[in-house]
Parts: sequence; C-alpha cells; structure tokens
Amino acid sequence: MCDQTFVAATFGPCDSCGTASPLMNIYIKNEPINYCSFCMEVMACQGLQKGETLATLKKECESLKKKLEEDRGKLNDVELHQVAEKVEVVGALSIKTRRVLKGHTNKVLCMDWCKDKRRLVSSSQDGKVIVWDGFTLNKEHGMSMPTTWVMACAYAPSGCAVACGGLDNKCSVIPLSLDSNENCAAKKKTVAMHTNYISGCTFTNSDMQLLSCSGDGTSALWDVESGQLLQSFHGHTSDILSLDLAPSETGNTFVTGGCDKKANVWDMRSGQNIQSFECHESDINCVKYYPSGDAFASASDDATCRFFDLRADREVAVFQKDSIVFGASTVDFSLSGRLLFAGYNDYTINVWDVLKGTRISMMFGHENRVSRVRLSPDGTALCSASWDNTLRVIDIFCCFQA
Amino acid sequence: MTIRNAIRDHGQRYRPRMACLRKAEKVLLEMQDPRTGVKSQPQRLVITTIPHAITGEDIIAWLAGRFQIDTQEARSFGSMLVALGYIYPLQDHKRLVIKPDASLYRFQTPYFWPTQQWPVEDTDYAIYLAKRNIRKKGILELHEQEQYNRLHKWMNHKWDFIVMQAKEQYRAAKERKKPDRVVFECQERAYWVVHRPPPGTVSAMDYGLERRIDPNADETQTPDFYERIMIFTQQSIMRPRVKSSVSIGALVKYCTTYYSHDPFLSKCLPSNPWLTDDVTFWTLNRLNAEVPSKMRVERWTFSFGELLSDPRGRDDFRLFLKKEFSSENLAFWESCEDLKWGTAATMRGKAEQIYKTFLARGAPRWINIDGKTMEITVSGLRHPHRYVLDAAQTHIYMLMKKDKYGRYIKSPVFKDTMKKAICPEEHKFSDAQLEQNAKNRRPSLSPIILRQQELEQRARMAANAPVDITQVMSKLSQQGKEAPQRRTSR
Repeated sequence: MCDQTFVAATFGPCDSCGTASPLMNIYIKNEPINYCSFCMEVMACQGLQKGETLATLKKECESLKKKLEEDRGKLNDVELHQVAEKVEVVGALSIKTRRVLKGHTNKVLCMDWCKDKRRLVSSSQDGKVIVWDGFTLNKEHGMSMPTTWVMACAYAPSGCAVACGGLDNKCSVIPLSLDSNENCAAKKKTVAMHTNYISGCTFTNSDMQLLSCSGDGTSALWDVESGQLLQSFHGHTSDILSLDLAPSETGNTFVTGGCDKKANVWDMRSGQNIQSFECHESDINCVKYYPSGDAFASASDDATCRFFDLRADREVAVFQKDSIVFGASTVDFSLSGRLLFAGYNDYTINVWDVLKGTRISMMFGHENRVSRVRLSPDGTALCSASWDNTLRVIDIFCCFQA
Repeated sequence: MTIRNAIRDHGQRYRPRMACLRKAEKVLLEMQDPRTGVKSQPQRLVITTIPHAITGEDIIAWLAGRFQIDTQEARSFGSMLVALGYIYPLQDHKRLVIKPDASLYRFQTPYFWPTQQWPVEDTDYAIYLAKRNIRKKGILELHEQEQYNRLHKWMNHKWDFIVMQAKEQYRAAKERKKPDRVVFECQERAYWVVHRPPPGTVSAMDYGLERRIDPNADETQTPDFYERIMIFTQQSIMRPRVKSSVSIGALVKYCTTYYSHDPFLSKCLPSNPWLTDDVTFWTLNRLNAEVPSKMRVERWTFSFGELLSDPRGRDDFRLFLKKEFSSENLAFWESCEDLKWGTAATMRGKAEQIYKTFLARGAPRWINIDGKTMEITVSGLRHPHRYVLDAAQTHIYMLMKKDKYGRYIKSPVFKDTMKKAICPEEHKFSDAQLEQNAKNRRPSLSPIILRQQELEQRARMAANAPVDITQVMSKLSQQGKEAPQRRTSR
C-alpha cells in the first residue's frame, strides 16, 4: 500500500502531556515527536518568544516554505504529458443525455449515486431531498428538510439511508423505508453539528460513520448511532467547500478544498493535516480523488481544474483554456481515470483528457450552472445536477473501437 | 428572482470571488479594439443614430477566431458576456443571449460594468424606477411595479430623497442631446435587466450562497498563524516523497490497465444499460453472482485491493485460503474493518472479541504476527479504541498481499473461476427493439429489501453453521490429542 499514513503511530501517550489520545506526528527542530492536538495548539499559541517579532516569524515561515518547494522540486524529474506521450489519443466521444430528472422546484445543489448503480439522491435549494430510481425515473422517496439550501447529500453504502445538510448547520441521517405512509423526515436523526453551513458530507465505508465539512472551516468525523464527534480537523483558514474520501485500499485519508485556495489531505485517525496544496488562484469548489487514490483533482473559481499527485507531493497538470473564463464548480473522473468531467458556471461541462491535458469535448444542455457531476458506481453513466432544477443522466460512448 | 435585501447583511457574509469578471473584462477590451476588435457600425433609429452597434454573427465569428473554438462554444461564451451585462442587445432587450444573426448589440459602458458596484444598491433601483415613472406614468412592467411598491414600503423613510434624486436625474437627462440620451437610457435599462431580472429568468449575477469569511480579504497575521504554518511545513518537509517519474508512471499505468474496463472508452458487454435500456449487464454483475463475468475476474488480477473490495472476489479468495488452512488471516482483517467502521458503542466489545479469537495465546484462530506488532497491539488493547488493531491489520494485509494473493492468482481455485466465467455476447438491438426496451423499463429490488434478505440469510447460516475445522482441532489439542502441523505462513 502506498499510503504512508499507515506506518505512523496514531494513538498512544502524548509526548508532552502523557494522556492517551490520537497523535499527530510533527517535527521540532528535525526531531520527530508525537503530540496530541491540544498540545500542538498550545505550542502554536505560545505567542512571541524572546527575540522574535512578527517580521522574523514571517521570514522564518517564508524560508521554510522555500525549502519545501526546493525539496519537492528535487524529485521533479518528469512531467505528466511527457510520460503520456506514448499513450494513444482518446477517440471521438459520442455524448447522449439518456434521462432528464425533473421534479425539483428550485436549484439542484448536490447529488449522489447509490451503490446499486441506478438509484440516486438529490437535494435542492427548495429544501427537498428526493431519492430517484434513475433508470425508470421513479421518485422513490421525497423528504422536506426544515431549511432551504440543502447543499450536501450522500447515499449510505447499504442503500438504506441518506444524509443531508445545509443552512441548518446540521447534517442529518434519514433512514429510508418502503412504507409509503411513513413520513421519512420524521425518523431523521441529527448527527453532525457545525457552527456554520454544511457544504459537503459523505459516509465512510459503512453506514455508521459520517464525514462532514462546513463553512465554519472545520471538517469532522461522526458516529451516526450516537451522534458523537469522533475526530475534528482544523487547518483551513476559511470556508471549506468540498470533501472527498480516498477510495478503499488507501483508506484512512480524505481531502478537502476551501475558500483559502488550499486543498488539504487529512489523516482520519489522528486529525492531522498531512499534505497541503496551494496552487489555485481562487476558491476551490470541488475536490475528487483519482480512482487509484494516489492523486486528486480540484475545480476552482479561477476557471482551472488542477491535478495533484499525492506521492510526488505536487501539482502535475492544469486543465485550462483561454476560452474558459468561468469558474469550475465540480469535477469527477471516469472509471479508468482517463477522462475528467468538469462542470462550469457558464452552464457547460467540459471533458478533459487527464493524461494529455487537452480538452476532448464539451457538453451543452443545462440552462444554468452545473452544480455537481458524478460518475455512477460502475462507471456506466454520468449524472449532472444543475441550477436549472433538473438532473441529467448522460452516457458517453467512444466511437473508435476495435 | 427576488430582491436581495441589503439590510440582511450583518457584515458576516461575503460574496464569493467572481474571478471570471476580470477575465471577461480583458476579453471585452480586446473586442473593443478599433483595429483588431469586432466590426461596428452606426444604427439608425428613426431620426437618431446609435453609434458602434455590432451584430450577433460578428461577435460569434470574432470569438471563434480569437480563441480557436467552434461556433457553438463561441455562441455560449458570447451569451455569457451578455448575461453578465458587458454587451447588451438593442432589440429584444429582455433576452440576454447572443443570436447568431444580424441582431444588434452594443458594448456596455464601463460605468455600468458589474465590478464597479456590486452588490447593486436598492436605493439606486428605486431611483431608476421612480425616474421612469416620472417620465411616463404606467410604463413600468408588472414585476417592476411590484418591486416599486415594495421598495416604497421598505424605504419609506427616505422616499423624499429618492424622488428628489429621480427628478434631478430626469432634469439632467433632458438637457443632454437626444442621441446621448437615447444611448444612456438603453445602457441604463440594460444594466437593470441584468441586475434586477424579471422573475423566472436565469441570472448570471446569481452566485448562490455567500461565504462566511471574506475571500477577498487578507488573512490575519498573528504569531500563531505563522507558528502553525511552520509546524506544518516542517513535518511536510520531513515526509517521504517519491520521484515524479515513479508516481506519474503509476498513474498512467492505472489508466492504461483500466482502459478496457471503462464503459465510456471500451465496449460494455453485453451492453450499457443506460444506452440500450437492457439491464443484463447489471444482473450479470450483481454482488452475489454465482458465476462472475470474465471482465470482473480480470479486475481481481489488477491489485489485491480490487479483489478484496469485490464481495464475489473476496469469497473466492476465502475459498482458496480455506484450502490452505489460513483463512484466519482474512477473517481477522474483516473483523478489524468491522471494528474500524462500526458504531462507537460496540467497539469495546468487538475489540475484546477479536483479541479472544485471534490474538490471545491459544486463541482458536490465532494469527501469525511478529513480536513487536503483537506487543504494540496488546498494550493498546488496554485502552481499546477504534484504531487499536491498525498495526496488526496492516501486517496481515501485507502478508496476504505479498504472499497469498500471488499464490491465489496461480491457484486452481482461481483458474477454475476464470474458466467458468462468462463472457456475454454483445447485444445488437435494432431501433424497434430499443424502443421496446425503453417502454419495458422495470424497477429493481430496493436496497432496503436486499438488506433484509441478507440479514435473514445470515441468521439462517449462523443457525446452521458448519463446524469450523480449526475449532475442532483446538478442541482436540485441548483434549491432549495432536493437532496436525499447521502450515506456517512464510
């Protein structure tokens, strides 16, 4: 496994205060040390020491950052498009909208697929969360949330519950039931509580844990049954707009992107911020892992999507074009990771060739911003949710085949 | 779109960055260049002439040439420029799109660009509506009339000021020359169509929710701000890194390996359900399929993680391990996963159960891990927490990955599965058949029902559980009989 977090000690007595707690692995004067998050905060908040001023601290900061860039640069021996030169070009893509899901009365803000590959859940500005069978266009469940702007929704891995949250600062889990007389929303259980709007949520590998990220700048891991906070993650200096969990084998980590232009990778067990990428020029609206888990892509208001390699610890590709001026609000990869789908604020979806860095195709059709694109779990279709109140299930077919 | 009430902003919410506006302005300046920009012509309106009018087709052609894009994209880009208010239509002024014909447009004056004053003040809108009312009574549209009445109620306290301003502006406008006045009225009207659109229309100015922190402000510079950055940067420097050629090579390899499995890039056998409305593909590949498809079995050979994450693959692997008498490894790994992702309340009990079954001396399904890992695990179990078995789990995972997985791929169990795997024929539907398929779309079993069935089946299996050979062996050894020599895992 290439996940370096596996090797680190993550629980035990803190080197400073001795209490057994999740540990962060940090370095003081190049010596590795394990502190609990409280002691680390204390260390950071010590204030100006003797002989230090804000200016000296700033200079020290800058020199450390420069050293990090140098170290990163030393291993930078090749670019992505160079390695990809030998790879064949993707043939012409035929893109067809196969389903249009109508039913929301206001902007659709988020959607998620069920593991059964045909059901999906969507949430909207009108406060409604609808579970659809995408294949037959049936609306299976509809729930009204007590708030407008339900910006995050997620389907549980078992397919028996959904989570949603938004302006109410809470993320709730609603168990789904087949009894049509039952009011689904009545069985709703509040799991996550933040101090500002919920911008993203996802279940981990089971129905029992929920990861949420919020406009208050923190993300958190919750136990669904008890509503207990298992771990919180601090490090962003402004609103977090999106999060994504690493695909199964590499487990244990997730990435968040926020308004401070940073994309941070976190260790779920200790709460430590492991890696950080600050390459964008504007808010990061969406982050998504590459299917192998060793890289991720981000979409930003600066009209670019960027591709970051986690093992090499650097940005390896920028997907941009002169004619694309509007911010990208969402990204997702195709099953093999070769295609990158990005939804933009100019109502279009662009399809990029991840390896070559070029744009393959463009999709029109939505009449307002594309708020979310998501690949179905087996890679057979792409769903796009938009502010024009509809969701579209799109199918793509590569014409040049042996 | 309702008027966003400016009074609601308590100074704690900020609008997101609209980086696109700066970029759009650059494009606009290029478009207005007298030599290389869009061709313009004067437009005659009865007796007055409006200068610098441009046609829709010229705009689209210029954009297509400048950015090397096709007409459809150029049209979409042009429409966005109109939607933002940088270009306004002279005819049909309420529809903010570019028409690819000889319809006329003009560049909006920078005074009315969105970046100049945003968000737009309600006071200004009230003045504008009042002005139009003065000019000609009854000219306001229905939605504008509603807004006017509403503003009148909300801003009653400064209504005298508003009316006074409106009168002033009206008087000042009358003193201008007729062509200038017409142009200014057009510009102002276009400005308000963009910023106070009629209800039910899409507005490019709508940016959604505001942010909690001002994205346009600089971050505060306190000592702990720098300390935190330094702590993070230090640990980041010390983190091991991989050469780009290695990691990028792996990314490219992943793409090429999975290329033939990507439904968008290669044929989906028998057919993609979304394309043909035939769900055979899903039925063949359901989780508990007896006979897996060839593609599915091929994926198990790509990596150990793929094998484990597919329940059918895991079952096959379990079968293989049983034959090698080392199924406790997989069972341990599964129990650890269950612990990690389970409910907090059950954690302690699960940890104890796992210890008794797999780690304690003389445990019925004892796993073979090295001394150091055992020591860490046992000491951690004194205060059990979710990740207490991480070290042991990694060890067993690596063991399975490096040794057992390779042997599994070469084993008769796997070869047998591969031989029996089905490779369905590609569907070749005629148009009539496709139509028929579309009419026959059926709903599928709800995941809720599937889970109920699964729970019932598990309960049944637990009740009739076959005797675990290792338990029999341990019982025998406890009775003093020799247990057969266990194959030591390398």
